Amino acid sequence: MKNLYLHEDCIISPLGCTTSENLKHLRSGTTGLQKFDKSEFLDTPICAGVVNSEVLAEAFSAIGDPKAFTKLEQMMLLAVHQILIKNPDLNRMETGLIVSTTKGNVHLLEDLGVFKKERLLLSNLGEIIKDFFGFGLKPIVVSNACISGGLALAVAKKMINAGKFNKAVVVGGDMLSKFIVTGFNSFQALSETACKPFSKDRNGINLGEAAAAMLVSDTPKKDSVTISLAGDASANDANHISGPSRTGEGLFKSIQNSLKEAGISSEAIKAVATHGTATLYNDEMEAIAITRSDLGATPLHSVKAYYGHTLGASALIESILCKHMMLNNEIYPSLHFNKLGVSKQINVVTAYQNSINLDYVLKTASGFGGCNLAMVFKKGGENE
Amino acid sequence: MNNLSVDHWVRIKDGKIIVDGEVVFASEADIASFLKAAFKFLNIKYPKFHKMDRLSKLGFIASEIVMKEEAEISEDTALVFSNNSSSLASDQNYQESIKNFPSPSLFVYTLPNIVLGEISIRFGLKSENVFFIEDEFNAKLLIDYSAQLIESAKANKVLCAWLNLHNVEYDVFLWLSSESHKKEITEEQIRKIYDADYD
Repeated sequence: MKNLYLHEDCIISPLGCTTSENLKHLRSGTTGLQKFDKSEFLDTPICAGVVNSEVLAEAFSAIGDPKAFTKLEQMMLLAVHQILIKNPDLNRMETGLIVSTTKGNVHLLEDLGVFKKERLLLSNLGEIIKDFFGFGLKPIVVSNACISGGLALAVAKKMINAGKFNKAVVVGGDMLSKFIVTGFNSFQALSETACKPFSKDRNGINLGEAAAAMLVSDTPKKDSVTISLAGDASANDANHISGPSRTGEGLFKSIQNSLKEAGISSEAIKAVATHGTATLYNDEMEAIAITRSDLGATPLHSVKAYYGHTLGASALIESILCKHMMLNNEIYPSLHFNKLGVSKQINVVTAYQNSINLDYVLKTASGFGGCNLAMVFKKGGENE
Repeated sequence: MNNLSVDHWVRIKDGKIIVDGEVVFASEADIASFLKAAFKFLNIKYPKFHKMDRLSKLGFIASEIVMKEEAEISEDTALVFSNNSSSLASDQNYQESIKNFPSPSLFVYTLPNIVLGEISIRFGLKSENVFFIEDEFNAKLLIDYSAQLIESAKANKVLCAWLNLHNVEYDVFLWLSSESHKKEITEEQIRKIYDADYD
């Protein structure tokens, strides 16, 4: 089977419009979350990761008319643009385009504004990105709840192995809307303060908006260390459509299958980048699946207290962060963690570390519909 | 690449349910009555069905019909689904509810992959899941993805589907694929089943 190598990437978030700006804030422990007493989304207080529309529009105006594109489209197009300018020789006619989103432009349901109703269709979002940059192949749009962004990488790997293309741009994004915020609020899942993944006093998630893009291919870079997706697996809990399994069944199975595909046992995993949303049930379920996989002592983190939960972007952003942690031998700390609040012993990283060799990193994600995903990233040179 | 066969298929459109080429159920009624009558036709007890949104009901009925043909259902039967409208019908219902009282029971169905959860619960499938959004039925994507799942030993069978609900118009095509050393299914054959008229 062909491997999937991770190349240039870009994160557009409240922490910046380039990956390097984002990394700078992660290293210093600076959050992108803000508290709002009242917002366009909800009358009651929320804490969320909001991208400044004016700043975004100004950045976007360098490549297009901000009035002709929604906020989500602007974020996703800017992310892809940054990949393409660094790869001027990329043959766009033969490069795959994989798009991940959970709700796309769902905010247009309330008010279409200047846009046509086709803009609500997620397939249309794929077409907009394709046409903007002149990609040659039909985009593949993945919408599988909160594992979408990572699943898009697994899709890229499968399509490369199916011989559809050798390279692909994977792009993921979601934006905040009244639709999404009131929905999570109706589940009583939102925390009014910055979320505290795995902590005893955690009381829910924060939502965030962001986009990310990454170039992937079946060949490593010459003369340099490259990170690859060595194993991936998804598994359903077959238990509940809106709550995680009490036994962590689906996530445990995903982890086991991803390790098997990578050809390693759990001892080889040097760090775990968790989903860690800070709901009572998600974090408990994740801790169970992680300890069942003999990873209870392995350093782990959640970055949800920097970004909030960015839905269809989150697992892609977090995969990009895994790549940079592995290249730089570093781990970004879990913010706001105090006392362990899950029933199993796990090793939450609370201080920035920059001398840790990460040969293999495990990334996990779970979502509504009972879906779970695990990915094993591997560090390797050209001649592995 | 491994060959895939089609073990069984079901088509649901215009008030009809067609299984492996044969019309097994027909009703002239509107979608609400059609779903009710089709569920009755399944002749099973499953109270949860009535809580589902229409997209999930359609997927549930289609998968129930195809899985009934299986002597033994493996938990590694993957789900590779697609449509055009995502969960738009339920999105519109939830959006309406925001005006008065945002409804958690409507919000939960505002993702296309919830139906994968419903089907997994029904048949105990702890398997690979993916939901693609396409502008139209794209057999090749589903076949290619399924072949990769089977080749990498992540699944032994795959339930593939086009499951679209646009307003009250439904268009469902679901089939069960498994590895085959002899007969191979081609995109053209799948497309032909999808395009055919059944009277």
